[in-house]
Amino acid sequence: MAEVLVYVDHVDGAVRKPTLELLTLARRVGEPVAVALGAGAADTAAALAEHGAVKVLTHDAAEYADYLVVPKVDALQAAVAAVSPAAVLVPSSAEGKEIAARLALRIGSGIITDAVDLEAGDEGPVATQSVFAASFTTKSRVSKGTPVITVKPNSAAVEAAPAAGAVEALDVTFSAQATGTKVTGRTPRESTGRPELTEAAIVVSGGRGVNGAENFALIESLADSLGAAVGASRAAVDAGWYPHTNQVGQTGKSVSPQLYIASGISGAIQHRAGMQTSKTIVAINKDAEAPIFDLVDYGVVGDLFDVVPQLTEEIKVRKG
Amino acid sequence: MSLRIVVTVKYVPDATGDRHFADDLTVDRDDVDGLLSELDEYAVEQALQIAEDADDAEITVLTVGPEDAKDALRKALSMGADKAIHVEDDDLHGTDAIGTSLVLAKAIEKAGYDLVISGMASTDGTMGVVPALLAERLGVPQVTLLSEVSVEDGVVKGRRDGDAASEQLQASLPAVVSVTDQSGEARYPSFKGIMAAKKKPVQSWDLSDLDLEAEEVGLEGAWTAVDSAAARPARTAGTIVKDEGEGGKQLAEFLAGQKFI
Repeated sequence: MAEVLVYVDHVDGAVRKPTLELLTLARRVGEPVAVALGAGAADTAAALAEHGAVKVLTHDAAEYADYLVVPKVDALQAAVAAVSPAAVLVPSSAEGKEIAARLALRIGSGIITDAVDLEAGDEGPVATQSVFAASFTTKSRVSKGTPVITVKPNSAAVEAAPAAGAVEALDVTFSAQATGTKVTGRTPRESTGRPELTEAAIVVSGGRGVNGAENFALIESLADSLGAAVGASRAAVDAGWYPHTNQVGQTGKSVSPQLYIASGISGAIQHRAGMQTSKTIVAINKDAEAPIFDLVDYGVVGDLFDVVPQLTEEIKVRKG
Repeated sequence: MSLRIVVTVKYVPDATGDRHFADDLTVDRDDVDGLLSELDEYAVEQALQIAEDADDAEITVLTVGPEDAKDALRKALSMGADKAIHVEDDDLHGTDAIGTSLVLAKAIEKAGYDLVISGMASTDGTMGVVPALLAERLGVPQVTLLSEVSVEDGVVKGRRDGDAASEQLQASLPAVVSVTDQSGEARYPSFKGIMAAKKKPVQSWDLSDLDLEAEEVGLEGAWTAVDSAAARPARTAGTIVKDEGEGGKQLAEFLAGQKFI
């Protein structure tokens, strides 16, 4: 069976969930071979093996942290040369897409970004994408070279599928471009203790109706009662009520959770683009005419300052 | 010596319009009004600010697209860019991101540059890969997704806000930069700017001007193929209740029924 390269997104050896989802999809197309780079690369092997990686290619060097993107492209290109895979799958993060694009160009291959599903086809893997603010679904494939495909978080279930996961050292020679852009400083984000927005099973978002930074505590309490991530509409972010890293929409994050709760969000196209593929959508809004109600499975027309605290309280009671 | 800035911009169908596909599964550009991609306005704005801070700078806006794409160039010129280049050729119809980066890179090299500035992504394709592809093709540093950018003494510096960390980046010119919508509100064109833009030069180049062959671009030259496009089925109408004092509890009941609680 053909091998499929999976680029591993990890933090000091802790594999992030979207990579495990990629292994599920990779197994539909071939045998997953993982590529883990940087500090803690070898520590990823156990988790990757448990989810189907037959091999884990690792390499660590200071360049991965000290320079932007290109060292990782060099390494992935070396892995493609070593394995001759049937496809290369990369998580659809901002960096993941940049790595994938440069790799595709170098190896003379087409690239598909932001796939939400992947299946084997007669002419190679077929990727499903959700486009035009999720109003259309397309099926595409790479028609030249080794398909390079980036996949969005929450596109597949994480499945246990124990495999050998044999660790092998990857031989990497950095290109002249590798040290072009230096990372001169790095400030890690403060952890909120909540799930990562794009990976969360439940997202609770607040918009213009929240009416002030201090009122986001209501949204956070509801999120915490459900173990959810917190999102915000562009209006709330532009008003300075919540950080841009939490923005859901066209120019922010695109999320696809099991449950999306929109509070005080009208549902403009800008916002819908980032949440329309959520499985179950719930909204709370004062305005019965708000377009968000066209999308919901359940909607409450009412004041979020009454409904959200009551909902939070009721969830706590039910959860005991 | 003058700092030569090239801003790449895209003319896109209005996102608030009813966007759809043409019969050949390319984006239909006839039925929906087009405009300068909102995210590219941020690139024009940062170019203007960098030029204002430099002793001597010249901003060229560059687009690849059909006849109407001139509107996007006009908008950028009215904001304050100095001149424009429009790459237009019937053989470009259906070009994918890899092909677009080829055409842009050839045009940027022909125009001459010290700094290329792009938006973070287009509002139609939304791939966000063209700046990285341009850096790869031009063989210059990629300094992308910046929320803050400055140029001084031939060095570009900026802040890249990622999911896990905020990074400070630095590279020597020439370089390719992309900026996010957090980089600073784009200015509105002034009346004076709009009038001045009418007199600014817009050059038109076709594939032969860039030594490119038709087979290298367009739908035939694309390295990806769209096999189908279907409108997403409308979501089935949900239950809407009016809060009469029990709205939160009713919602909790729904969530419990769906096994979320």
